[in-house]
Amino acid sequence: MERGKHAIEIENLRFQWRQGVPVLDLPRLCIGRGESVFIKGASGSGKSTLLSLLGGVLLPQAGTVSVLGQRLDELGSTRRDAFRAEHIGFIFQMFNLIPYLSVLENVLLPCRFSSRRRQRIAQQGLQPEDEAVRLLEHLDLPAMLLHRSVTELSVGQQQRVAAARALIGSPELVIADEPTSALDADRCGSFLRLLLKESASRDSTVVFVSHDARLEGYFSRSVDLTGINRAALEG
Amino acid sequence: MYILTLALKSILNRRSTVLLTIVSLALSVMLLLGVERLRADMRESFANTLSGTDLVVGARSGSVQLLLYSVFRIGNPTNNVSWESYQDIRSHKLVAWTVPLSLGDSHRGFRVLGTTPDYFRHYRYGGGEALQIGRGRVFDDLYDAVIGADVARELGYEVGQQIVLAHGAGDVSFVQHDDKPFRVVGILERTGTPVDRTVHVSLSAIEAIHLGWDSGAPVPGRQAGAARIAGQDLEPKSITAVLVGLKSRIAAFRVQRFINEYREEPLLAVLPGVALQELWDTLGIARQALLAISALVVLVGISGMTTTILTGLNERRREMAVLRSVGARPWHIFVLIVGESGVVMLIASVLGVGALYAVQWIAHPLIQSAFGLSLPVHALSAHEWKLLAAALTAGLLVGLVPAYRAYRYSLADGMTIRI
Ligand SMILES: Nc1ncnc2c1ncn2[C@@H]1O[C@H](COP(=O)(O)OP(=O)(O)OP(=O)(O)O)[C@@H](O)[C@H]1O
Ligand SMILES: [Mg+2]
Repeated sequence: MERGKHAIEIENLRFQWRQGVPVLDLPRLCIGRGESVFIKGASGSGKSTLLSLLGGVLLPQAGTVSVLGQRLDELGSTRRDAFRAEHIGFIFQMFNLIPYLSVLENVLLPCRFSSRRRQRIAQQGLQPEDEAVRLLEHLDLPAMLLHRSVTELSVGQQQRVAAARALIGSPELVIADEPTSALDADRCGSFLRLLLKESASRDSTVVFVSHDARLEGYFSRSVDLTGINRAALEG
Repeated sequence: MYILTLALKSILNRRSTVLLTIVSLALSVMLLLGVERLRADMRESFANTLSGTDLVVGARSGSVQLLLYSVFRIGNPTNNVSWESYQDIRSHKLVAWTVPLSLGDSHRGFRVLGTTPDYFRHYRYGGGEALQIGRGRVFDDLYDAVIGADVARELGYEVGQQIVLAHGAGDVSFVQHDDKPFRVVGILERTGTPVDRTVHVSLSAIEAIHLGWDSGAPVPGRQAGAARIAGQDLEPKSITAVLVGLKSRIAAFRVQRFINEYREEPLLAVLPGVALQELWDTLGIARQALLAISALVVLVGISGMTTTILTGLNERRREMAVLRSVGARPWHIFVLIVGESGVVMLIASVLGVGALYAVQWIAHPLIQSAFGLSLPVHALSAHEWKLLAAALTAGLLVGLVPAYRAYRYSLADGMTIRI
């Protein structure tokens, strides 16, 4: 996992959902370790598709995607699943949480499926529960919510729980797909600050996509997908 | 495994809908086990009711009918055996002992059996156990009665209790032999056979209480008071049936032929084992049909459960996608959904077994009083465990269908959630 200083390296990636309708055609895109990158693009421009490719849920028809120096196409689907579970945390637009689990249980979910994330916590001499509590505290969630059902939380609180869950066990990469689209401007700002501060303290790379260009100021770098996507330029 | 914990929590979250499924499955499991239990226990109870008797003799009718009224105290004989015929059977050179049985009266819903003290010596049940007098003694005075364990327990009788017999075998009888009260002198130990529900008196007592009666009703002015009877000849004119013990079992067929070809009146002698088997066989088709129906009911329950899971699957695609995004593999999703069937089946089975015991506990005395069958409450038999396992397996197998569907969804959806 040490080779390559890039967290993400994309070469000549081409992807289409349907024959003859290319969605993505990216000659090159590199994201360094520890960077926090904002990827903007209009709705339907292929942002979510790109994130699925980064997560190895989809494989490109041509070109390569490497994450943490590992070419995803070289892994079988089972190993890709494992790789994703160990190294990547995800936050989605909404309904990120399992409704029948409490706040704490939701945050602990990745630890149930990844031994590496458990080990990372253990290396700090902590129990997963301690780490979850600490994260939630850093993300400004009152401790009294820990054992509540997630359905009782506000949308902003739910997204912070999702962020804590993405960050637990310090995965190298955090992928966020418009997690703030349901938040108002104030709460959106505070959410981003907390997320980025927490991921920076863990040296996690953040890839954040949104169509809302106003958010790019929070990130160390901004990439305009439409600008580098040849499929969009042609279409 | 954590994924099963998830399945359980997911079910708890939807408990109001799942509860209906569980209840219907639990009932079907109870039905299945109940039918099987009834079958096994009936067989056991049948076989245990009478042993050590070589022939049962009664008026000519069907052998099953004879067995039912003479041994199980169900139904009524169409005809009697005359006292002369009885004497002829008794004095047959191959006959070791005979016990005459005279039925027709009752006491508060329990059958009254007129017999001789030989009954307590020769009647055997189960693996050859003899009747045991728990308290008191065998009857010896005219108006003495020996009651079965259930009679004593249900009516709260002790030795010394005065009882009045009723004419006829119904639960409610309007004609009482209240001019001749009996006294309980003995209470038998439990046997788990119809003996427990019988009031035993002497043959002469049966004769005595019917003295002055014509064709089943008292004739005014001709009834004999208890005091008048003492000196009379109380030899019965006829009895209902005879239990026969032979000097050698090998002679059973010879004596049977002798009785079946008896000239003076049409008689029937049956080998109890053969008749019991015949009785059992007549119930065979009904038994199998019942078992098949109850198995079908379980299948209906299972398909109901599967339909519920399948229809709920679409709403849960988001949940599955979220699980995938936190690292669950497609097979985790598969196990989650199969696990749901498994958990539901398991809860339903436990509840079903519980309901079975509850029902049995309530129904046991009723069945015994209605059919003379003892169906004791006991632990699950090997066969019952097998049925339970079969139901669980069927549930899991059918549960593979929605699980496979979910597995395919989660492969297709990945983490992107679109509904
Ligand atoms: N599962 C799918 N099957 C077929 N086509 C798809 C699928 N997912 C996305 N697409 C198509 O791919 C294109 C890009 O979709 P994508 O979801 O990546 O856009 P997006 O940039 O994330 O949009 P938004 O900002 O609205 O989320 C769209 O034209 C869409 O119709
Ligand atoms: Mg999108």
